[in-house]
Amino acid sequence: MVAQDAHDPHGNDPHAHAIHAHAAPTSFIRKYIFSLDHKVIGLQYYFLALAAVFVGMFLSLLMRIHMIWPTANLPLIGEIKPETYLSLLTMHGTIMVFFVLTTAPQGGFGNYFLPIQIGAPDMAFPVLNMLSFWTTFIAFMVILAAFFVTGGAPLHGWTGYAPLSALQSAGPGEQLGADLWITSIAIFCVASLMGALNFITTVLDLRAKGMTMMRMPLTVWAWFITAILGLLAFGVLLSAGILLLLDRNLGTSFYVPLVVVNGQIMGHKGGSPLLWQHLFWFFGHPEVYIAILPGMGVASQLLSTFSRKPIFGYKAMVYALMGIGFLGFMVWGHHMFMSGMSPYSAFAFSIMTMAIGVPSAIKTFNWLGTIRGGRVRFQTPMLYAIGFVSLFVSGGLSGPFLAQPVLDIPLHDTAFVVGHFHLIMGVAAIFGMFAATYYWFPKMFGRMMNEKWGRVHFFLTLAGTYAIFMPMHYLGMAGQPRRYSQFTELAYLQHLIPLNRFMTYAAFVTIAAQFIFVINLFWSMFKGPKASDNPWEATTLEWTTATPPPHDNFGGRTPVVYHGPYEYSVTGAPKDYVMQNDPATVTSH
Amino acid sequence: MGLALLAIIWLITFFSTYFFVAKTWWLPHGASTAAAFIDNQFALTYVLMGVVFVAAQGALGLFVWQYRDRADAKKVEYSHGNVKLEVVWTVLTAVLFVGLNLMGSNVWARERFAPAESGSVPVEVTGMQFAWYFRYPGADGKFGATSPKLMDPSAGNEAAVGLDTSDPAAKDDVVTGTMYLPVNRQVDLRLRAVDVIHSFFVPNMRFKQDAVPGLEIRMHFTPTEVGDYEIACAELCGLGHYKMHGMLKVVSQEDFDKWLAAREAEKQ
Repeated sequence: MVAQDAHDPHGNDPHAHAIHAHAAPTSFIRKYIFSLDHKVIGLQYYFLALAAVFVGMFLSLLMRIHMIWPTANLPLIGEIKPETYLSLLTMHGTIMVFFVLTTAPQGGFGNYFLPIQIGAPDMAFPVLNMLSFWTTFIAFMVILAAFFVTGGAPLHGWTGYAPLSALQSAGPGEQLGADLWITSIAIFCVASLMGALNFITTVLDLRAKGMTMMRMPLTVWAWFITAILGLLAFGVLLSAGILLLLDRNLGTSFYVPLVVVNGQIMGHKGGSPLLWQHLFWFFGHPEVYIAILPGMGVASQLLSTFSRKPIFGYKAMVYALMGIGFLGFMVWGHHMFMSGMSPYSAFAFSIMTMAIGVPSAIKTFNWLGTIRGGRVRFQTPMLYAIGFVSLFVSGGLSGPFLAQPVLDIPLHDTAFVVGHFHLIMGVAAIFGMFAATYYWFPKMFGRMMNEKWGRVHFFLTLAGTYAIFMPMHYLGMAGQPRRYSQFTELAYLQHLIPLNRFMTYAAFVTIAAQFIFVINLFWSMFKGPKASDNPWEATTLEWTTATPPPHDNFGGRTPVVYHGPYEYSVTGAPKDYVMQNDPATVTSH
Repeated sequence: MGLALLAIIWLITFFSTYFFVAKTWWLPHGASTAAAFIDNQFALTYVLMGVVFVAAQGALGLFVWQYRDRADAKKVEYSHGNVKLEVVWTVLTAVLFVGLNLMGSNVWARERFAPAESGSVPVEVTGMQFAWYFRYPGADGKFGATSPKLMDPSAGNEAAVGLDTSDPAAKDDVVTGTMYLPVNRQVDLRLRAVDVIHSFFVPNMRFKQDAVPGLEIRMHFTPTEVGDYEIACAELCGLGHYKMHGMLKVVSQEDFDKWLAAREAEKQ
C-alpha cells in the first residue's frame, strides 16, 4: 500500500470529523456512573468481573475445603453441608461463566479497545452500551441475592438440568433461590444481546479509513465473531430460561413429564427433560467460544508484538476464528452422549466436534510459528500469552477424548470433564485476561504495572493452576464423578482422597497468589512509573493516541490506516515496527 | 527468563505425562465385554494425544528460549506465514481427529444400535432420590404394571417403584436394592427415573447411561468376571447425589438362579 496522504506526518485524515462527537461530560455521575464513554463502560465491566471473580474464587475455595475437611467448622460460615456444597458449585459455575468469562474479555476489554483499535470515537450506540452494562450489573445483584433468601442458593449446577431445576420440592435452594438464579441469567442474556448488536454494528460501520476487514487486529476479529456467537446463542438461552420459569411457577410442562418426588405426584405431564438440555447446550457450547475467542485474539496480538514478528498466517487465523464460530453451533450434542438422545445423532455431533479441533490446532501451530524465528521479549503480558498457549494445548488435547462417544462412557460427568473445561475455558481464558490486563494497563491508567511482581504472579499461577486441574484428569479416569461433595461413600474412590487433598493445598497457594495481582493492579494505578504512549512498541491504533486516550479517543482527529496490524521487523523500515497509521513506510500489507 | 519459561513448561509436561505413563491413576479394572474395546480406544487416543502434547509443549518451551531477545540474536525474518505449511497441518490434523473418531465409532455402534440379543437377562433399573432399584420379571418373563400413585419410597423395593400387584404379571416381579447378574450373559436393561435425572454408572462395566423421567431407555452389556462392583450416580440429582450408590454382584448362572428363586420364595 502506497501512502496517499503523505502530507500528514501523523497519518490522520485532516478532513474527517468524528461522527459521534459528543462533548466530554463534566458531572461525576455522567462521567463515571452513567457514562456513555465506551472506555469508562469497559472499565465498569472489568471491575464488575474482578469483583465477580473473587466471589467465584472464594466459593471454589470453600468447595475444596469441604471436600477434604467435610466437618470443619469455618469461622463465620460454620460447617458446610453437602447441599450447601452443591449450592457453592452452582453459584461458582454460574458466576464464573457469565460474570467473569463472558463479562471481562468482551464487555471489559472489547468495549475499551475495539473502538480504538478500529479508529472509531466510540461504540455505535453509546446509550445501548451504558444500558447493557447496567443490565449486567442488575443481573449480578440478582444472582448474589440468591445466597440470602430462604432456602439459599440453588443446587442444580450451572447447567440447571430439568426436572431438578424445575421442581420447587426437588431440593433445598430450589425455591426462591432457583427463581432468582434463572431471572439473573435471563437479565444477563438481555444485556449480552444489546452488547452483541453494538459490537457487530461498530465493527461493520465505524472502521476508520483504510481499516479494511483484513487489516483489523486479531483481537477485533475475535470480539466481532464472539459478538455474533452471543447474538445467536443468548436469545436461545433467554427463551429456555423463560420456559423454565413458567414450568416452575405457572404449572406448564415444557421440561417436566409426570414425576413423583418423594412419593408425591407433581402436577406436570408430557414435558421433555432433554428439551432443556438441547436448548441449554445450543447456548452452552458457543458460550465456551464466547469465553475463549477473545483470549485467542489477545494471545495472537501479544505473541506477534513481543516476538517482534508478524503473526504467522493472519488469514488462516481469521478463517480459523470463523470456522470455530461456525462449527461451534453444530456440536452441542456432544454434551449429551449419555443423555438418552439417539445414539445415531451422537455420530454426527462427534464428527463435528472432532472437526472443530482442526481450526483450534491451526491456531496453535500459527502461534508456535509466530514465536519461531522471532526475537522474544519477556515482559509480563508476553509471559501470560505464552502461558495461554500452553494451557490451550493442555486443555484442548483432552477434547478428542471427550468428543468420542465411546470414551464418554467412562469419562462423562467425571472429574476428567471438569479438568478439561477448567484448563481451556477457565484458566486459559483467565490467562488471556491477565495478559490483556498487563498489556493494556499502561494505556488505561497511564502507568506501568510492576514487572517483578507480575513475574512472580505468573509463575505461581501457571504452576498452581496446573497442579489443581491436571490431576482432575487422573481422578476422572479413575471414575470419580463430578459434583460429589464427599468421596467416602464409594469404596473405589478411597485411594483418590490423597490426590484430592493435594489439589486443595495447590488451590490455597494459587488463590493466595492472586492477591499479588490485585495489589499490583491497585498499587500501580497510583504509584506505578508513568507510561509512554507506546511502551511495548506495538503497532495497533490504541498505541497511536494519548495515554489514557481522550474522550473521543483520538483528540478530534480520525486516524487513517495504511498497514495490516502486525508489521514487525519490516525490511528497510527505520524501526522494527510500523504503526498501522504510518504513511511513510511502504509495506505489502 | 527464557530458560525459566523453558524449565517450567517442560517440568509441567514431564510431571503431567509421567503420571499418565506410570498409570499411577488409571481406569478401574474392566470386567465386561465392552471394556477391552473401550480401553483400547482410550489407550490409542491417549498415545496420540500424548505425542501431540509433548511435541507442542516441548516446542513452545524450546522456541521461547531459543528465540529470546539477546544481543547476538539473528535478524527476525519478515514473513507472514506459509500457505503450504498451513494446508499440510490442516489436512494432517483433520485426518488424525476424524480418523480417530471413526475407529471408535465401531464399538459405539455395537453397543447401542443393535437391541439386546435373545436369551439376555431382563432387568429394569429405577433411579430415585437417592437410591437405585432393580426389578426382575420373574418366571413369566413379563414386567407387571407400575403406577406413580402407588410409589412409596420410604417403604422400599416393590412399593418404591410403585408395583401394581393387581396386575397378574406383577405378582412374580422381584424388586431389590442390590443388582445380581449371571456372568457372561448379556443383561437387557430398561432404565427409568421417577423424579429427576440420574445416571447409572458402573465403572468396572464401562457402562454409563442417564435414567430420564418420562423415558424408558433400553441398553445392554455383558459382565465377564464374577465379583462385586460398585454402582454410582453420575448425574447431579440433589443433596444426596454423592451417596446414591448401589452394588452389582456378578455371580455364576447357578448362583444367580438360586438367588432369584430365594427372592421369589420370600414373596410367597
